[in-house]
Amino acid sequence: MTIRTAAIAAGAVIALPAWSAGAAELNLICSADVVICERLVSEFEASHSDIGVNMVRLSSGEAYAKVRAEARNPQTDLWWGGTGDPHLQAAADGLTAEYESPMLPELRDWAVQQAEISGHRTVGVYSGALGWGYNTQIFEKKGLAKPACWADLLDPALKGEIQIADPNSSGTAYTTLATLVQIMGEDEAFDYLKKLDANISQYTKSGSAPVKAAARGEAGLGIVFMHDAVSQSVEGFPVKTIAPCEGTGYEVGSMSLIEGAVNPDEAKVFYDWVLGVDVQNVMPEAGSYQIPSNKEAVASEHSPDLSQIKLIDYDFAEYGSSERRKALLARWDSEIGGQASE
Amino acid sequence: MNADNRRLDRLSWLALLSLLLLPWYKIRGGFFGFGWIGDAISEPDLWPGAFQAIAGRWQLWPVLLLLVAATGLRLTQPSGGFRGRWLIRIGIMGLVWLVAEGLSSGMRGWNWNLLETVFGEISGQPAFGAGAVVLGLFFTCLISFGAAERGVLKGDAFVLTSIAVLILLVAVFVFYPILSIFTGAFQDFDGSFTTEGVLRNIDDSKIWSLSCLAGGSCGVAWRTLFLAICTASATTLLGLAFALVATRTRFRFKKSLRLLTVLPIITPPFVVGLALTMLLGRSGTLTQLIEGATGWELGRWLYGLTGIWLAQVLSFTPISFLVLIGVVEGVSPSMEEASQTLRAGRWRTFRKVSLPLMAPGLANAFLIGFIESMADFGNPLVLGGSGGVLSTEIFFSVVGAQNDPSRAAVLAAILLFFTLSAFLAQRLWLTGRNFATVGGKGDGGTHALLPARVAFPVIGIVALWSLFTVIVYAMILFGGFFKLWGLDHTLTLDHYIRAFGVSFDGGFRWSGVAWNSFWTTMLIALIAAPLTAAVGLLTGWLISRQRFPGKAVFEFMLMMSFAIPGTVIGISYIMAFNLPPIQMTGTALILVSCFVFRNMPVGVRGSVAAMAQLDGSLDEASLTLGANSGRTLRRVILPLLRPAIMAALVYSFVRAITSISAVIFLVSAKYNMATAYIVGLVENGQYGVAIAYSSVLIVVMITVIGGFQFLVGDRRLRRRPTPPVNKEAAA
Repeated sequence: MTIRTAAIAAGAVIALPAWSAGAAELNLICSADVVICERLVSEFEASHSDIGVNMVRLSSGEAYAKVRAEARNPQTDLWWGGTGDPHLQAAADGLTAEYESPMLPELRDWAVQQAEISGHRTVGVYSGALGWGYNTQIFEKKGLAKPACWADLLDPALKGEIQIADPNSSGTAYTTLATLVQIMGEDEAFDYLKKLDANISQYTKSGSAPVKAAARGEAGLGIVFMHDAVSQSVEGFPVKTIAPCEGTGYEVGSMSLIEGAVNPDEAKVFYDWVLGVDVQNVMPEAGSYQIPSNKEAVASEHSPDLSQIKLIDYDFAEYGSSERRKALLARWDSEIGGQASE
Repeated sequence: MNADNRRLDRLSWLALLSLLLLPWYKIRGGFFGFGWIGDAISEPDLWPGAFQAIAGRWQLWPVLLLLVAATGLRLTQPSGGFRGRWLIRIGIMGLVWLVAEGLSSGMRGWNWNLLETVFGEISGQPAFGAGAVVLGLFFTCLISFGAAERGVLKGDAFVLTSIAVLILLVAVFVFYPILSIFTGAFQDFDGSFTTEGVLRNIDDSKIWSLSCLAGGSCGVAWRTLFLAICTASATTLLGLAFALVATRTRFRFKKSLRLLTVLPIITPPFVVGLALTMLLGRSGTLTQLIEGATGWELGRWLYGLTGIWLAQVLSFTPISFLVLIGVVEGVSPSMEEASQTLRAGRWRTFRKVSLPLMAPGLANAFLIGFIESMADFGNPLVLGGSGGVLSTEIFFSVVGAQNDPSRAAVLAAILLFFTLSAFLAQRLWLTGRNFATVGGKGDGGTHALLPARVAFPVIGIVALWSLFTVIVYAMILFGGFFKLWGLDHTLTLDHYIRAFGVSFDGGFRWSGVAWNSFWTTMLIALIAAPLTAAVGLLTGWLISRQRFPGKAVFEFMLMMSFAIPGTVIGISYIMAFNLPPIQMTGTALILVSCFVFRNMPVGVRGSVAAMAQLDGSLDEASLTLGANSGRTLRRVILPLLRPAIMAALVYSFVRAITSISAVIFLVSAKYNMATAYIVGLVENGQYGVAIAYSSVLIVVMITVIGGFQFLVGDRRLRRRPTPPVNKEAAA
């Protein structure tokens, strides 16, 4: 009797780590919109029937935390999408593996540059510029002027209408912070943010949440990446997307191979495939309004035209570095975040 | 050959076989894939323990020696006190050695630099696998068998082994993770010791600031505490109101009240928050109506503590109701009749007799509300506003851009401190008081009706609140059929098709996006539910039927995992089970064990309560007729416990599907759970699909609960059902 109990208990303890085995696998973390992630996986599985993909969608912060927590024993093979900063951070920590894809020559300059500053531990897969989207209905109702420049956001009439993410939790908001510092200079940027704070109703946790709130009328305006704003207006919400007149920063959505991955070969197959022109041309159908990294790929007709936007020369190496980041976040905490009220 | 020898023989054979056959270390592809059998000879990491030891892993030699020693004892000594004592010693030594060698050497050699300087370098080892687990159980059983031979607990090996194995499991799955969260706080990224992170965070003004008293904003610890107290008070009062209406008024819709209270329990938690934003947000339906009718600007009051509070009260009132209804029913009508006979009015009776007798139930309901609010993750995530609460702050300090595990550990410690003190306070307050009102004498009569001055307001509140709940749930059900909530209210099935579509082109395919996480969730919930029920019932039986030293501590240890918030569990599991000696991240096992040990306390409580109704003479009769205690449990107690089994099964199944706070850290690419998936949808603003998915989950849960009911069946008593005696007021 006891033996049997022990055996049953043993069975329960060891229980069931895996049901399926056999075909090659790829464990993918995807940090873009879940629709895009799913489209990507189904496209891949359709063209590579021998590789099964296990995909989990995590925001880029979650993904970095997971990759780091598992550093000594990675469960993930490939990390696709999400702001470039955490990817660069992971590269600096040695969490991701070097890989020079044969596809590199086909990529746009910013994508290759992303690979070069990281020592080929990551690569750009898409990019998007920072801006904001505002709810035209609310602005019309309140008789507000279209905010075209960063400076317009300080208008007292916008009090309680603006949302932006908390840079401690969101890469988007950190990019905004770094962008403002690069446009204005650090002290002026913090001055600006302090004034802006009066108009902000909420610092959200997720980067794209502000414009989603604006789309549903929970806020008037959300400071986000422009492709996030565009996707709301394509969904049918009354959102207009604006590129700030003073110039703006941008993100390079990236992709990294995890160091010590279990399935590096499958990961490389996916890596090369996803940089190709065919798949990147499909992505707009899934609602991806970012600029694709392959030179031949055509962006969606809805995508903001990067040539019409005044892009600053964003210094990814400096503002992606750990010390600079910590210093800026600490200053944000003490001067702005700490004062935020309900 | 006596029973002592027989069971020792079997155990030793099992250990020996596992050393010779089962791979000692964890297998990457998973043990049950059985893909390892083919490579077992060529791949040294797959070798069983005995061969590992011969091949030069000297850390396994003591294990072999101890096995030889145990066998020697068996062959040379008769069973009895001497052999028993040595078996216990061998078992303890074995366990200690396994822990020591497992913790000290990891994947890449020694885990601590000190050991490396003393002993020189060694090659790393992977995590424990099947062989090591069997040996761990072997040593645990040696201890209990040894104790049985010495005559502890009348030499009942089954009871002793159950206790020993339970203690082992709780140590591994509750205490080890909690410990590792605290060691994690003092560790740098690369594993070296540092106090810098803790010192920086422990007196952070963002946690402890009290400036809200002076008009600023308070630290997150105080805000969370305040919120938890508000939620607990409100849910207790509302729960009491519901319970009173259900038992002591002539309110006509009592049956439907009960139905209403089940709903929130089977709702994925953040769904309530979501429905609230759609109803009461700045452009919510109700807000628009009110603004249109009155011209007031209502704005964004919902976001922040107010909104979280509202959502939590909606979600947790039913739980408080379920706790209180038993207590309110249990208050003996005789007492109230006595009071009225002594000429107290209805109001005075209610105030001076009924209410004080409900005190333990109220304390319990308050405690549950408090802990649930502290642990709640979904609602603050949706309605949080700028400031978070502790559970979301923990989450974002791990996954947010700051990436500060030591901050997470400090916050987790604070959260744990709050919940555990509430738990302890409630225990202290309730012990030493007597609330028993059921004296064994039959009760005549029925409960006195509520005095009018209480009844009307209470019925009013209950009716209003029920209406509110119904509206919120109607939103959830219909929300899935609207094209775009708040903008385009065309009815559509698109969201359901996207989530749960199937396609037939070129063979049948589950093409919907939700299927993957849906099947995983069902599978894991269906595995976890019976295990949880089994562990819970076994524990409950030990606690209520067996007497052994340290029982109070044993019980407290088991119940403690109820007071640990899910976010803390999630983080601690990640920290504890990602590296050797025990490595389970990315598997289904980590999800299953998380559910089992998190939900077990409810199974324990349920079976303790149910067993209190079964007279001990039943067990005695069975034992006298020669059955051993295991057989008695199986053939006599279990069939009488059907309702308790049912409750434990349902609860653990439902919790496995609806819980989010712990799960969100433990899901992996391969094993993604429904709630984690839905949170992703909510974060991306895909409310339609999220709500469609949630509605499907609710329907599925109702179906499966019905299925459990059918499988377990009713308790068959050959007389009318036991009258509600022994329903002690103290929970």
